[in-house]
Amino acid sequence: MKLWTVFVHALLLVASALTLLPLWWMVAASFMPPGEASAVPLRLWPSVPTLEHYQALFARLDIGRHVAISAGLAIVTTAIALTVNTLAGYAFAKLPFPGRDRIFRGLLGALVIPGQVAMLPLFLLMRAFGWIDSWIAVIVPGMASVFGIFLVRQYAAGLPDGVLDAARMDGAGELRVFRSIALPLCAPILVTLGLVTFMGAWNDFLWPLIVLADDDRYTLPVALANLVGEHVQDTELVMAGAVLTVLPVIVLFLVLQRWYVAGITSGGVKG
Amino acid sequence: MKRWAGLGFVAPALGLLLVFFLLPTVAALLLSFTDFDVYTVADPSRLRLVAFGNYERLLHDDRFWTALRNTLWFVAVAGPLSVAVSLAAALLVDAKVVRGRAIFRTILFLPVVTTLVAVAVVWRYLYHPRYGVLNQLLGAAGIAPIDWLGDPKWALPALALLAVWKGFGFNMLVFLAGLQGIPERLYEAAALDGAGRWQEFRHVTMPQLAPTFLFVGVITAIGYLQLFAEPYVMTQGGPADSTLSVVLLMYEEGFRWWNLGYGAAVAVVLFLVILAASLVQLRLQRRSVA
Repeated sequence: MKLWTVFVHALLLVASALTLLPLWWMVAASFMPPGEASAVPLRLWPSVPTLEHYQALFARLDIGRHVAISAGLAIVTTAIALTVNTLAGYAFAKLPFPGRDRIFRGLLGALVIPGQVAMLPLFLLMRAFGWIDSWIAVIVPGMASVFGIFLVRQYAAGLPDGVLDAARMDGAGELRVFRSIALPLCAPILVTLGLVTFMGAWNDFLWPLIVLADDDRYTLPVALANLVGEHVQDTELVMAGAVLTVLPVIVLFLVLQRWYVAGITSGGVKG
Repeated sequence: MKRWAGLGFVAPALGLLLVFFLLPTVAALLLSFTDFDVYTVADPSRLRLVAFGNYERLLHDDRFWTALRNTLWFVAVAGPLSVAVSLAAALLVDAKVVRGRAIFRTILFLPVVTTLVAVAVVWRYLYHPRYGVLNQLLGAAGIAPIDWLGDPKWALPALALLAVWKGFGFNMLVFLAGLQGIPERLYEAAALDGAGRWQEFRHVTMPQLAPTFLFVGVITAIGYLQLFAEPYVMTQGGPADSTLSVVLLMYEEGFRWWNLGYGAAVAVVLFLVILAASLVQLRLQRRSVA
C-alpha cells in the first residue's frame, strides 16, 4: 500500500514537471541576458535576471498597444456575448414562444458546423460593409454563440418557476423579471460563460489575422506571430512577448478556475 | 404578451447568428460552385458558376490530398495519444491515496488555457536542433539530435506532441467528471469479489467510462481536424508540405492567393468530414443508450 502511494505521487510529480517545463523555460528565458536561452548546456535559470526584453517590448516595439487592443476587444466581445446569449438562453428555457423548440434544435444542429467554413464569405461580407481592418470585424463572430446560449439554457431551466411567477403577479414585465430575478440567480453560469468567452477572444488567432491588415491594429497573438517573423534570433525577446500573451489568461484562470471547471464538466462542450 | 416577449429575447442572438454565421455558411457552399478569384475581388462582374469544377480540381490537386492525409494522420495518431494521456492523468489525479489533488489538477490543466500561438512560438524554440531544450535533454540521454521541424519525417509528429501537451488537460477534466460519476458500490462489490487494482480498472472503470470515451474521442478528433495555428506559426506547412493541414490549405488558397471559390470548396470538404465524425458519434451514442 505504501509503495503504491509513493508510485502514484512520483508519476504525478513527473507528469507535472513535464507539463510545466515549456512554461517554465518560457518565463526563465524571458529574463535571461541576450543569447543565454540558446546556450549549451541548457539553462533553466537566468545567470543574471534582466528586464531588458520587457523594456524593449514596451519602449521600442510598443507592445503595450497590442495588450490594450487585445484586452479591449476581449472585454467588449465578452460584454456583448454575455448580454445576447443570456437573453436568448433564458428565453429558450423559460419563455415559450411559437416554434421555440424547433429553433433550439436547429441551433444545436448548427454546432457541427466548424467556424472556418463561414470565414471566406464572412470576409467578403466584412469587405462589403467596409469593416476590413477595423475592430468591429474582429468582434463580430464572437458576439453570439450557440454554445453560450446552450450553456445558459441548461442552467436557467433549473430556476424555480414559482419565483418568476410571483414577480409577474406583482406586475413586473418580462424584462424586469429577467433583470431582477433570473439574472442574479444565473450568476454562476454567467461567470463561467464570461470567462470562456474572454479567453476565447483573447486567444483567437485565425480571424484577427484575416481581417486586420495594419500592424498598428494587431491583437496580441497576431502581433506576437509578427514579432517572431522579425526577431526570430532574439529568443529572449520573443519569450518575453509570449509571457505577456499567456500571463493574463493564466492569472484569470487561476483566480476563477472553480467556475471554469464547473462549466466544462456541466456543459461538456469545448470552449 | 408573453409569447412575444420570448421572441424579443432571442431576436438579437438569432439575428447575429443568422447574418454572421448561418448565411456565410450557406454562402460558402454557393461560393464553392463559382470561380471567385483574385480578379473577381477587383471586378465582381467576372464571377462565373463552374458547378463542380472546384471539386474536380480538388480531386486532382496533390496538395489537397497531402493536406487531407496529414490532417487525418494527425487525428489518427495525436487523437488516441491525447485520449490515453488524459485518461492516465485523470486516473492518477483521481487515485484515493493522492494528496494535493487540486494542485496537480490545476498544473496539468494549465496548458489548456494558454494562447495557442504563444505556446507554439515557445515550442518552436524547444525544438531547435542545436539549442532546443528537447534535443539537449535527449542528448543527455545519449540520443543523437533530431531536426524536429526541419525533417519532413519528424515535423508532423513534433506538432502532434505540442497539440497533445496543449490539450490533454481538457480531456482529463472530462474523464475526471466521468470517474466521479461511477457509483462507489460497484467498486465495493468488486472488492468483495476479490478483484485487484487491474481487474477493477478492467471490469468496472473502463465499461463505466465508455460514454465518456466516445465524447472525448469525437471532440478531440473534431478539434484536430481544424489544425491550423501550430503549422502556421511553427512550420508554415513545411518542410515539403509535410505539415500542410486542410485549414492551412484553405487559408492559403483563400487569403493568400485569393482563390475564394477554391478555398470554399476546401472548407466544404472539411465540413463534410466533421459532419461524418459527428454522425458516427450520434449513431454510437444511440446504440449505447438502447
